[in-house]
Amino acid sequence: MNPKRKQRLLIVLFIVIGVGVAVGLTLFALNQNINLFYSPTQIAAGEAPEGTRIRAGGMVVDGSVQRSTESLAVSFDITDYEKTVRVEYTGILPDLFREGQGIVAQGELDSRGVLQAVEVLAKHDENYMPPEVADALEKAGKMPKPAGQEFNK
Amino acid sequence: MIPELGQYALILTACLAVLLGTVPMVGATVGNALWCSYARPLAIAMFGFVLFSFLCLSWSFLQSDFSVVYVASNSNTALPWYYRLSAVWGGHEGSLLLWLLILTGWTVAVALKSGNLPEDIQARVLSVMGLITIGFTLFILLTSSPFERYLPRIPEQGADLNPLLQDIGLIMHPPMLYMGYVGFSVAFAFAIAALLSGRLDAAWARWSRPWTIIAWAFLTLGIALGSWWAYYELGWGGWWFWDPVENASLMPWLIGTALVHSLAVTEKRGVFKSWTVLLAIFAFSLSLLGTFLVRSGVLTSVHAFASDPDRGFFILALLAIAIGGSLLLYAIKASHVKSESSFALLSRESFMLINNVLLTVFCATVLLGTLYPLLVDALNLGKISVGPPYFNALFVPLGALLVLTLGIGVLLRWKQTSLQLLIKQLWLPGVLALLAGGVSLFLLPQWPGFWTSLGLVLAWWVVFTGARDLLNRMRNRSAGLAAIFAQSRAYYGMMLAHGGIAVLMVGIALVSTFSEHSDLRMEPGDRKQFNDYEFVFDGIRKVDGPNFHSDTGVIRVLYKGETYTEMYPEKRLYTARGNVMTEAAIDPGLFRDLYVALGESLGGDAWAVRVQYKPFVRWLWLGGLMMTVGGLLAATDPRYRKQARRDLAGA
Repeated sequence: MNPKRKQRLLIVLFIVIGVGVAVGLTLFALNQNINLFYSPTQIAAGEAPEGTRIRAGGMVVDGSVQRSTESLAVSFDITDYEKTVRVEYTGILPDLFREGQGIVAQGELDSRGVLQAVEVLAKHDENYMPPEVADALEKAGKMPKPAGQEFNK
Repeated sequence: MIPELGQYALILTACLAVLLGTVPMVGATVGNALWCSYARPLAIAMFGFVLFSFLCLSWSFLQSDFSVVYVASNSNTALPWYYRLSAVWGGHEGSLLLWLLILTGWTVAVALKSGNLPEDIQARVLSVMGLITIGFTLFILLTSSPFERYLPRIPEQGADLNPLLQDIGLIMHPPMLYMGYVGFSVAFAFAIAALLSGRLDAAWARWSRPWTIIAWAFLTLGIALGSWWAYYELGWGGWWFWDPVENASLMPWLIGTALVHSLAVTEKRGVFKSWTVLLAIFAFSLSLLGTFLVRSGVLTSVHAFASDPDRGFFILALLAIAIGGSLLLYAIKASHVKSESSFALLSRESFMLINNVLLTVFCATVLLGTLYPLLVDALNLGKISVGPPYFNALFVPLGALLVLTLGIGVLLRWKQTSLQLLIKQLWLPGVLALLAGGVSLFLLPQWPGFWTSLGLVLAWWVVFTGARDLLNRMRNRSAGLAAIFAQSRAYYGMMLAHGGIAVLMVGIALVSTFSEHSDLRMEPGDRKQFNDYEFVFDGIRKVDGPNFHSDTGVIRVLYKGETYTEMYPEKRLYTARGNVMTEAAIDPGLFRDLYVALGESLGGDAWAVRVQYKPFVRWLWLGGLMMTVGGLLAATDPRYRKQARRDLAGA
């Protein structure tokens, strides 16, 4: 093999190994960090694993929000109008968190079937519904009618 | 009447774009100089009509013409005039019009500044820009016209601009970001023109280099502004969320960075040509993909507007045509491209290649993390999301490797460098970086862990290898110290941009490690201690703004027991839509920010309060700013103009 070819081979080898390591690391990292989404119906049916990080979404049930008087702990129910799931969370809720609003919570199910959330997401546009929630509601056949253009009433 | 004129101007734009996309292109192919010469006036006229259309929309906003749907959905009479103006790009339709304005703006800039390009190249570049303009004008006209009317029932009041967007950050963030996104269309157009004409040479790289660097600089600024805005406006105190839309802007940036470097190699050494073309195609395609991800509503993201699927399909089709067409052209033409020189394993060329590979790999992993949830969803395998730990796990080692090779790359020579010379060059910066890194670590309150320490050492590594390079240049000239001022503007630009990377690294390393953060339930009189700072909650005041009511918290801050400052975080209720918004209070500093945000009222006098201590957070944006200025310096190097004149004289 002449030196030039050898050199090229080295470069190619370097790239192949680099890409290989990168792909391996990537897939490993991806596997560790995937959060599956479950609707309240699925959680009630026991499809969601316990003690694994998952996402759950639905509408916040009217009148279900309970705050602690001592700390920032809060609990509320989310529903797809078929089943409801209790969510417990400690921290500050997003500005758009409201009863009747679609939200997504990220956390783990405990042995009582309560979602211990570490993050609660509500979106920044009140007409916007997280696609997962919209999908879950549609499956349950409970998609609310669009609110319409309020200012045009 | 005014909105109709705007719409009409857009239709004319579409017609002009069709002309621009065909006539000069055909002219360049058959060698008809007259047809080629139509390119410039057409480009100018196109820009004129889009500008007119944009002004029409701005006028409707200033006049609060609520018969226009888009104005009614995004403005309000209570809105101050400057927010009414920035509301023009506060929603989907208007931001696309801004996109179009910037696209035709770039086209006109190319038309005016490229007088010294060969006629056929100029015609082809402008023609490709015209083709892109056709796509976007049709997109606006067919799916998202900002000029549609509410008739006959005209609302009396508008729905107000989303309060998150009533802010200086929004006035600047989208235009800067778009300047970058759309700027890559110029690099793309040059690449396509070069492929069509078969002129892939150093001159081509020299023409497209300044354009690419300017676009890259704007994109950097746009991303930095976006991060800054998210930091102070969203009330979380985060500066990067690995949100799909952030990723969408990061991907073209990564490829753009690779492109800037690879163009340099192509210009100086005549190698990597087809790779450079491929990068130019990808940079623009990723910009389009970013648009698709943001505008189609397929992703859960802070940026997702409630949107309709037609738009998504339209952009997807546009994307398919742009990528498919250009890759097809690439496949046909690129195989004829020959390298003009060779290089050894230990040379600046190979390290530029490593830089490119690392950036591309990183971009690919970000792409995977962003699109994987969509893919899984499309295959009906469930709904998933990919968390920030995935991106961090890849970003940290890849970034470290990238910066390590950066230091070596600057000191390498083109073509070949002997190992002895390299070691002679590198050992001192290496030792100094370790020492300075060690001292920095010693100054920190505690051991920050391996990666953060590595980050600090590597930041010093960039500084010292850069200094070494400058020193070499001083020795090579008899002028000595005066040589510091005698370098080219492009060289200072490079140094500044690399320095920006070092500053950014310090920022990322320290803010991620030493931030302190606490969510508290506070009643008047409650206290919280962070380092030397103590926060005392003094209760809530009611304040009224022009279009909102606010609960303003009063927080006294003590520094080592002495009164230091008072901070006023707000919870605002915007009356038009009934939106609640958090306005964080920030006490900024070069070495630390104090950050206080109000959560919700917990009944009685108690409030949820988020208190944060953020060391070195400003360095993130300072680094971004340095990269931007560095890019602009490099792009405006007088060398490009002089060389272009020489090329023309030689041709």
